[in-house]
Amino acid sequence: MAVFHKTKDLTSKPFHYCPGCTHGIVHRLVAEAIEEFGVSEKTIGIAPVGCSVFAYDYFNFDMAEAAHGRAPAMATGIKRVHPDCLVFCYQGDGDLASIGTAETVHAACRGENITIIFINNGIYGMTGGQMAPTTIMGQKATTCPNGRSGINGYPIKICEMLATQEGTYYAERVSTHNVKQVLNAKRAIKKALKNQIDKKGFSIVEVLTNCPTNWHMSPQDSLKYIEEKVILYYPLGIFKDKDAEVKNA
Amino acid sequence: MTKAKIDGEACKGCGLCVGACPKKIISLSKSKINRQGYFPAEITDIEACIGCALCAVMCPDVCIEVE
Ligand SMILES: Cc1ncc(C[n+]2csc(CCOP(=O)(O)OP(=O)(O)O)c2C)c(N)n1
Ligand code: SF4
Ligand code: SF4
Ligand code: SF4
Repeated sequence: MAVFHKTKDLTSKPFHYCPGCTHGIVHRLVAEAIEEFGVSEKTIGIAPVGCSVFAYDYFNFDMAEAAHGRAPAMATGIKRVHPDCLVFCYQGDGDLASIGTAETVHAACRGENITIIFINNGIYGMTGGQMAPTTIMGQKATTCPNGRSGINGYPIKICEMLATQEGTYYAERVSTHNVKQVLNAKRAIKKALKNQIDKKGFSIVEVLTNCPTNWHMSPQDSLKYIEEKVILYYPLGIFKDKDAEVKNA
Repeated sequence: MTKAKIDGEACKGCGLCVGACPKKIISLSKSKINRQGYFPAEITDIEACIGCALCAVMCPDVCIEVE
C-alpha cells in the first residue's frame, strides 16, 4: 500500500526552486488538498510574480498568470464569472504585501469567495534578496545590509490586519519549519479551500517559509531561523474564523 | 513492509529529510553526485525504515515515495 506518493495534481516538471526552499512543500500541500476534495477539474489557480512565477507549470490545474500583485483582482473576476470553480491565488510577500496590497485588502473587504495562499519568506527572492515589507527587524537584505531598522519602517502583519475587516471569513498563519508544522499547514490550507467550496467567503492562509539562498543560510538553519526568530514577530494561529464566531454567538 | 524510496536524480541534496527522519537513517552521499550536480540523500539502513513518511513530508522536491 502506498503511504506516500506524489499527487497527480502536480505535473512531472521538476521545481526550479533552490535546494531546501519550502515553496515546493506548499505547492505539494495545495495540490494534495485539492485532489482530496475531488475538484481538480474545476480548479483555477493564479500564479504570481516572484520565485513562484512558474507555478502554472507545476500545478495540474487550469492556471493563469497575473501581473505583479494583481492575483486577487484576477481571482475576483474569474470567480464571479465561474462561481462553481475553485479559485486560488498563490502569492509571495513582495507580490501580496507590497505591490499588491491594495488588491489584497479590497478583495478581503469585498468578501470575495476566493482562497489565497500567502507565502511569507520575508524577502524578495526572485530579484536577489531585497528587503520585503515582511522582513523582520534586524534581518539583513541587500537593501538593508546592516539589518532592518526603524528607518525602514516596520514589518506588515497581513493576517492581523485582514482579521479586522468584516469581509474576511478566515485568516490563519502557519509555518513549514518542521514536520508537525507542515501537517498543520495542510489542515489550514484544506480549511481555506473548503470555506470557498461551502461559499463562506474570503479565506487566507499565510505560510511562513524560508529562502536559504537570500538569507545566506543552509536549508536546516533557515528552518531554525523561522522557529527561533520569525515566529516571534509572526505568531502562528487563527486570527479570524467566522465559523467560531457563529458557534460562540 | 512499507519503506521509503528516494529518487536520487530528482534530489537536490538539501538535507531536510535527514533532519526529519526519526530513525536517523538518511544521509547525503559523500561519493555520488547526481546529474543536477547535487549530493543526493540516501537511506543507509533500509531495514530500519519504519515507513513513517516524515522524510517525504519535508522533501520540498517531492522525490520520496513510501510504499
Ligand atoms: C510591476 C513589476 N514591478 C517589479 C517587478 C520586479 N519583481 C519581480 S519579483 C519581485 C518580488 C518577489 O518577491 P516575493 O513576492 O516575496 O516572492 P519570492 O520571490 O520571495 O517568492 C519584484 C519586485 C516586476 N516583475 N514587475
Ligand atoms: S531565491 Fe529563495 S524563495 Fe526563491 S527559490 Fe530560491 S530559496 Fe526559494
Ligand atoms: S519513512 Fe520514516 S524511517 Fe523511513 S527513511 Fe523516511 S523518515 Fe526515516
Ligand atoms: S528532502 Fe528531498 S531534495 Fe532534500 S535531500 Fe532529502 S530527498 Fe533530497
